[in-house]
Amino acid sequence: MLRWLGRNALRAYTGLALVYLLLPIFIVALFSFNDPVGKTNYTWVGFTLSHWANLFAIPGLLDSVVVSLRIAFISTLAATTLGTLAALALVRYQFRGRPATSLFIFLPLATPEIILGASLLTLFVAIGQPPFFPLNEFTILIAHITFNISYVIVTVRARLSGFDRRLEEASADLGADGWQTFWRVTFPLILPGIAAASLLAFSLSIDDFVITNFTAGRTTTFPMFVWGSARVGVPPQVNAIGTIFFVVAVSAVAIGSFLQRRRA
Amino acid sequence: MIAFLRRRPGLLPLLLLAPAIAWLVAFYVYPAIQMLQASLWSGTLESGFAFSWANAATYPAALDRYSDQFLRSILYAAVSTVVCLVLAFPLAYTIAYRAGRFRTLLLFIVIAPFFTSFLLRVLAWKTVLGDDGFLLGPLKSIGLLPEEFRVLATPIAVIFGISYNFFPFMVLPIYVSLEKIDRRLVEAAKDLYAGPVRAFQRITLPLALPGVFAGSLLVFIPAMGDFVNAELLGSVQTRLIGNVIQSRFLVNNDYPTAAALSFMLMAGILAAVFMYARVLGTDELESGIG
Repeated sequence: MLRWLGRNALRAYTGLALVYLLLPIFIVALFSFNDPVGKTNYTWVGFTLSHWANLFAIPGLLDSVVVSLRIAFISTLAATTLGTLAALALVRYQFRGRPATSLFIFLPLATPEIILGASLLTLFVAIGQPPFFPLNEFTILIAHITFNISYVIVTVRARLSGFDRRLEEASADLGADGWQTFWRVTFPLILPGIAAASLLAFSLSIDDFVITNFTAGRTTTFPMFVWGSARVGVPPQVNAIGTIFFVVAVSAVAIGSFLQRRRA
Repeated sequence: MIAFLRRRPGLLPLLLLAPAIAWLVAFYVYPAIQMLQASLWSGTLESGFAFSWANAATYPAALDRYSDQFLRSILYAAVSTVVCLVLAFPLAYTIAYRAGRFRTLLLFIVIAPFFTSFLLRVLAWKTVLGDDGFLLGPLKSIGLLPEEFRVLATPIAVIFGISYNFFPFMVLPIYVSLEKIDRRLVEAAKDLYAGPVRAFQRITLPLALPGVFAGSLLVFIPAMGDFVNAELLGSVQTRLIGNVIQSRFLVNNDYPTAAALSFMLMAGILAAVFMYARVLGTDELESGIG
């Protein structure tokens, strides 16, 4: 009896927890179809498709999405390259100072975003005062590469830890040189880890608000646009864009895990 | 180059690490030092800033002036951490032991919020918790709650928002810890006549503690720096140290005070992380992220 109760209580609780996790995602999507009275979009009025039909009717919205995508692409590329090299070094080689290096790489992840943003801001202020270093897309890019490097290293390293070194040895035994072994054996094996890391980096960059807030100056990324419009009322088009981002990200994850399962 | 490396294979890992480490030194370590220096500045953005050790008085002044916000941040972060822990443990337990073939799906749902914009999620809770929203509206209309009852703009809303946003960081490390436990230990406990409650107390819970600690740290740290939840869901009475830092930096251009506050916050947090890493290592912490 007690066991039956325990099992079903746990099941009911899990159901509630899932609703709790998913409710805001549902609300974001739902309110992209709302037809609000006035500027604020907090109460449900009626269903309409007009915001989806006029996705970029809001001035500045399209520009902000383009800026965000550009920053996400470049920062992902840079952070994935730097991070993957470092992860390879940490997994494949034993050297003095490796534990200290691991801890150092972990520190940016353990630092609140507000501190990362604030310290980069003081750096840019100190570089050229007065007048101080101009904050723009370039400074945002530096900030995003910085926080993404650590995420990439940790993710790639986690995927690399089950790596079978004997495959590389076999390749060497069969007469391949170091370069051939890397491109024919090592790289294909670590590719899923790199893909996962770049997906993570991309979604972190495109969604980052706190660090961007400190390093953006007048540049408006999509999250900066949301923050700016939160005071006067977020237009439903913003919800629509958020929904598109969500669907694209989930599809990418689903396709990725499907491909990996087929290979395995 | 390649021939040189062949002769000195010990250099290769350092060469692979160098770009990433150099980047982090330039844009993580150096800015932190710069921030320490900025906390000892005096002057304004227009006239330029001058450094002097005498400006160390900024620290006690800032601490005195913003002690309320500091204490409130610690309180809200602590309460949010406990809320997350209580909510996350049963969920992590279900995913680890009871989910069967739904395990991957459940894990995916745990991280699903990260695929929606952070700010839009916070604003969605503003919709749900609104004075006449989905939750309170019906309860008020049937008379269960008084008309003037509200959640928005109260500490509860802010703590709720913080807990929601960092909830996955608690679930994942606990799940990883639970998943690692050898279930034969629990069977052995039962063979030795321990009931399910006692087996849980003596075996499962102690072995899950590393995950609990890691999750607590991963929730507490970002919660200490929060200003978005406090700004969007709270009121003037719920301002956190993050709000002060943000407005001192970006609205008032009061760099010395803002830098001093940031530096004190960072020093406190890094001390906690170091102590944690010394005792337990970073494995569980990284599992919440990777």
